[in-house]
Amino acid sequence: MTIDLKTVKHISKLARISLEEKKAEKLADDMNSIFEFIEKLNELKTENVDPLTSIAETTLRFRDDKITSDNIREKILKNSPEKNDDFFVVPKVVE
Amino acid sequence: MTEITSLSLFELIKNIKEKKISSNEVTKSFVDRSQKSKKLNTYVTENFENCLKLSKEFDNKPNFDLKLPGIPIAVKDLFCTNEVRTTAGSNILNNFVPGYESTVTQNIWNEGGILLGKLNCDEFAMGSSNETSFFGNVQNPIAKDLVPGGSSGGSSSALAANLTPVTIGTDTGGSIRQPASFTGTVGLKPTYGSCSRYGIVAFASSLDQAGPMSKDVKDSSILLEVISSFDKKDSTSIDFKRNNYSSELTRNIKGIKIGIPKEYRVDGMPGEIENLWKKGIEYAKDCGAEIIDISLPHTSYALPTYYIVAPAEASSNLARYDGVKYGLRSSGESLIDMYEKTRSEGFGEEVKRRIMIGTYVLSSGYYDAYYLKAQKVRQLIKKDFDDAYNKVDAILTPSTPSSAFKIGEKSNDPVSMYLNDIFTVPVNLAGLPGISIPAGRDKNNYPLGLQIIGKPFDEQTVLNIAYSMEEKINYKNNITDWWME
Repeated sequence: MTIDLKTVKHISKLARISLEEKKAEKLADDMNSIFEFIEKLNELKTENVDPLTSIAETTLRFRDDKITSDNIREKILKNSPEKNDDFFVVPKVVE
Repeated sequence: MTEITSLSLFELIKNIKEKKISSNEVTKSFVDRSQKSKKLNTYVTENFENCLKLSKEFDNKPNFDLKLPGIPIAVKDLFCTNEVRTTAGSNILNNFVPGYESTVTQNIWNEGGILLGKLNCDEFAMGSSNETSFFGNVQNPIAKDLVPGGSSGGSSSALAANLTPVTIGTDTGGSIRQPASFTGTVGLKPTYGSCSRYGIVAFASSLDQAGPMSKDVKDSSILLEVISSFDKKDSTSIDFKRNNYSSELTRNIKGIKIGIPKEYRVDGMPGEIENLWKKGIEYAKDCGAEIIDISLPHTSYALPTYYIVAPAEASSNLARYDGVKYGLRSSGESLIDMYEKTRSEGFGEEVKRRIMIGTYVLSSGYYDAYYLKAQKVRQLIKKDFDDAYNKVDAILTPSTPSSAFKIGEKSNDPVSMYLNDIFTVPVNLAGLPGISIPAGRDKNNYPLGLQIIGKPFDEQTVLNIAYSMEEKINYKNNITDWWME
């Protein structure tokens, strides 16, 4: 199987990463060599194997539905690239 | 007295407790040496002034009951530190100042440790040479223009160069053990669930573990005791009884069964690695261990499995970097345009490559063929170890298939870079503890490491074997300070 330029562009859209044409070609090459290496897994028959979903073999714990942080609004907004009073600001979404 | 900076953590603690040296003297020594070592490019963010101030405060009101009394410690820049910039080696977090502290670093400060600074690493811990960091290459103190390994390359370099008495790294596929091996130091990846992941910038959540890096095994046992804890804030933290690793450390490993997996004799493995391994087996026998041949039949599938699982989890974890709430933002004409430009400019090439692989293997139509398949193979890899541990207590392998390579030597070939982690990755996939200890040198005089892998939660046995073998091996780094200004 080979990953073509069209697929690379589609994946970059899904991943929300803009790509220049030249970079996309290089990425397609890299991905193909990596997937060539990954294809080795097809040698193994795994129909009757359960997927390993958690290495820790524990069930997730429940916690009380209680607020545990104090008022940390300032702390959280502090790192925001653009803010307006108590809000994060993003480019206009509605026309 | 020997120079303060070349003392082990154990010796520093002893001297401070006996009031032979103060925390401030110790801190000054490490700060001075760090300031003269900028050529190594180990620090991303220095905390020197504050560290000196806190060491004076410690000396004014010392508490010698603490496990790390007034000890300055630099940490990998993947651990969030309250009010101290945390970058994960990435441009996208270049200006990020967390408002909270990771549990592992908090544990260190609670025991008297003082933050010396934040150490360089591969971007989001994705790399085996520290060459993917936005903040540039790190030099290995062993020789000029040699990589220090990765992703905890700033940590291994700073440690080997005596810029910090001990340090902590994170290990997703070998990122503690491989750089330890490349710099002649000790690095331990604990069992998955031992050290809290809370406040560690996430790479691949089912594989990531924090762990100690030190100049000798005893120091790792001291640091592990401090950082290993059950933490409600990490949903995969495990509540098990932790040993007093340093006080239970012993060189009595008589009768312990150590397995030698035949599948680790990989094609093209250099003769000097093979010889190192043979010597390691002899050392283990000298220590009283019983050597048993074992098989881990799915070893060769570990790397391909890892390169599905880790990028898949990474693509999901890194979806949070969107330029809205924190980190870098590039300007765009629309919201989507802003996202795409931010992520394109904020992430480096290797990180983008892995996000792309991860997005692809999780995308509609490919999930079963790749991600589900990899999870099934991961089960087989884990079962290999489960079966082996019916026969043996621990496993001995080389840490890496080669010694440290030159900067730039492998950076254009992702697959050859990935092959570096061939001996360390299976340990992460199975969630096991593993340690790398320096065990010899190659023809260039560069250090080589041996890896001891243990049963889940059996860090004590891993440490004990390492401690015993370390004495027999008697390895010493000979560092010439070539970088000093």
